[in-house]
Amino acid sequence: MTLTAYIEGIGLCGPGLTDWTSAQAVLGGRQPYQPHPTILPPPALLPAAERRRSGAIVKLTLATGLEAIAAAGLDAASLPSVFSASGGDGANCHAICEMLASADRQISPTRFHNSVHNTAAGYWSIATGAMTASSVLSAYDASFGAGLLEALTQVVVDNTRSVLLACDTAYPEPLHHARPIPDAFGIALVLAPQRSARALAKITVSLTDASADRLDDAALEALRSAIPAARGLPLLRAIALRQDQRVVLDYLDSTRLAVAIALC
Amino acid sequence: MNPLWLSHFTATSSIGRGLDQTLAALRQRRSGLAPCTFDTVDLATFVGEVAGVDAVQLPAPLADFDCRNNRLALLGLMQDGFAEAVRAASAKYGAQRIGVFIGTSTAGILQTELAFRRRDPVTGALPADFIYRSTHNIFSIADFTRQYFGLTGPAAVVSSACSSSAKVFSSARRMMAAGLIDAALVGGVDSLCLTTLYGFNSLGLLSAQPCRPFDAQRNGISIGEAAAFALLERPPEHLAAAAVLLLGVGESSDAYHMSSPHPDGLGARMAMQDALKMAGMQPAEIDYINLHGTATQSNDAAEAKAVAAVFGATTPCSSTKGATGHTLGAAGGMEAVICALALQHGLLPAGLNTRQRDPTLNVDYLLDNREQPVACVLSNSFGFGGTNCSLIFGRAGKP
Repeated sequence: MTLTAYIEGIGLCGPGLTDWTSAQAVLGGRQPYQPHPTILPPPALLPAAERRRSGAIVKLTLATGLEAIAAAGLDAASLPSVFSASGGDGANCHAICEMLASADRQISPTRFHNSVHNTAAGYWSIATGAMTASSVLSAYDASFGAGLLEALTQVVVDNTRSVLLACDTAYPEPLHHARPIPDAFGIALVLAPQRSARALAKITVSLTDASADRLDDAALEALRSAIPAARGLPLLRAIALRQDQRVVLDYLDSTRLAVAIALC
Repeated sequence: MNPLWLSHFTATSSIGRGLDQTLAALRQRRSGLAPCTFDTVDLATFVGEVAGVDAVQLPAPLADFDCRNNRLALLGLMQDGFAEAVRAASAKYGAQRIGVFIGTSTAGILQTELAFRRRDPVTGALPADFIYRSTHNIFSIADFTRQYFGLTGPAAVVSSACSSSAKVFSSARRMMAAGLIDAALVGGVDSLCLTTLYGFNSLGLLSAQPCRPFDAQRNGISIGEAAAFALLERPPEHLAAAAVLLLGVGESSDAYHMSSPHPDGLGARMAMQDALKMAGMQPAEIDYINLHGTATQSNDAAEAKAVAAVFGATTPCSSTKGATGHTLGAAGGMEAVICALALQHGLLPAGLNTRQRDPTLNVDYLLDNREQPVACVLSNSFGFGGTNCSLIFGRAGKP
């Protein structure tokens, strides 16, 4: 069983990877990868109150999603969405757990509503005005694969475009020790059921027992293996290389995703 | 959509373990809400706590998953022969052809809340016995479930606050229609924790009484916990008349506010209309609506406007949260099972604790149980972040 979709736009943000436009030369091997801490753009699209309350996962989601949708020339309000992340706002989670373990348990309303896993999805719909369906998922290290499959089933079954927003952010200590995600990293993909003039690549995805591809560059491979959303990097690398290719993306321990990429 | 068959289902909440106890409680109008004595919580509120959760022992190979949320999941899976049904489906279709999609809002966060009380006084480190992946992480509940049954197909947790375990039906629908799987284990599991109790308290949304949905004097929610599961399969050629089918799903986002619903219930209206459209049904064909009905001022007002806009004022409806409490990420699954019971047993369950209906809410809110043939029902689940999901279930044959 295979699922086919067309990638119309890509967003990327991570350590040493400012956006998809500039990162293509790095992922394609034409420029060296120079790691530096992730730079999160301020979420200009949000109203002031929400902007003040938004954490790293919200900024990352908005930055990557809006880059992908702008590249596809689409209106974000029109797109169903899939948000996939191993966890939510790590700094916010830490602050809540610290307060609940203290003598004063009166956490703030903002802390609480930012604690839900769909925080980024909520801010996204407020920022973009999207009243469309959204799926908000976690599958721990398999979160990118789970999000890609969910978005593909939206595209194929419901015959609609969909935007996948796979984003992960770091916890402060002591949770960082238990879940050592090193920095914020996100990939957004606009997927379409039919080929359009904006299509970048056709992808055909199936489940496979094969092992996930690794990246040749040791520093990029370290990212891929440390951050769930970065498990999608082999797909972006193939597009950056401008090569038709078959890659295997990490997913669950029991199954991976084989992705045949044909450039448009 | 092609209807999907709920070949097996089960629910465990404060009103009972399994279907027989749940149905009996609904018939007897018995609420599971009681004054909160959970952990060290010092809030004057009522909760729907499931008795005996902490006595549940996980199998030794899955000991890393031990936390209240997974104990509650296992307790739920043990009821009504559900675990046996999953194993039979695994043998029939193959373990790789069954998907696992579970909704939760907080998974095993309680484990982390407790661990933060035991941080190393010098280094601040969490205790060595704290295992993030299989307790705190939001995926832990789906991972536990798939490992418990040895299922190897696609899996994910859906975590969109209080719509989570309604939306799992949508994920499963697409996965089955895409041909990736032949059956799906869907459900919702959420358990009591301090984050939600103190969090809803901070918003002023926690009632000091058992919650009173759609009451003129309603003043907030009562939090509950639950584990509810369903096994979804393609319907065979011949189904018993009382078999329950998923007929439609509608999803939307409010794009309005993080913790308040759209005041006119616009997103809720869109979700209900989309569910009807997917089912190919008219509003008049719905015999009963299981409301989200949290008993906050704003939720019930917005939902009533949305229901009235789609259905008018004559479709019988109620919230069962007066019985179970608001089971948050498990509410969609819990109320899907209540809908299935309503269809199979011809019971429209009354809303409990509601003394005087809010006269400004223009819907037919049930204060007494009704026994009547029930062919089709709709269930609403809405959540923080403005996430909305409506499900339509129907009987395979005429009641």
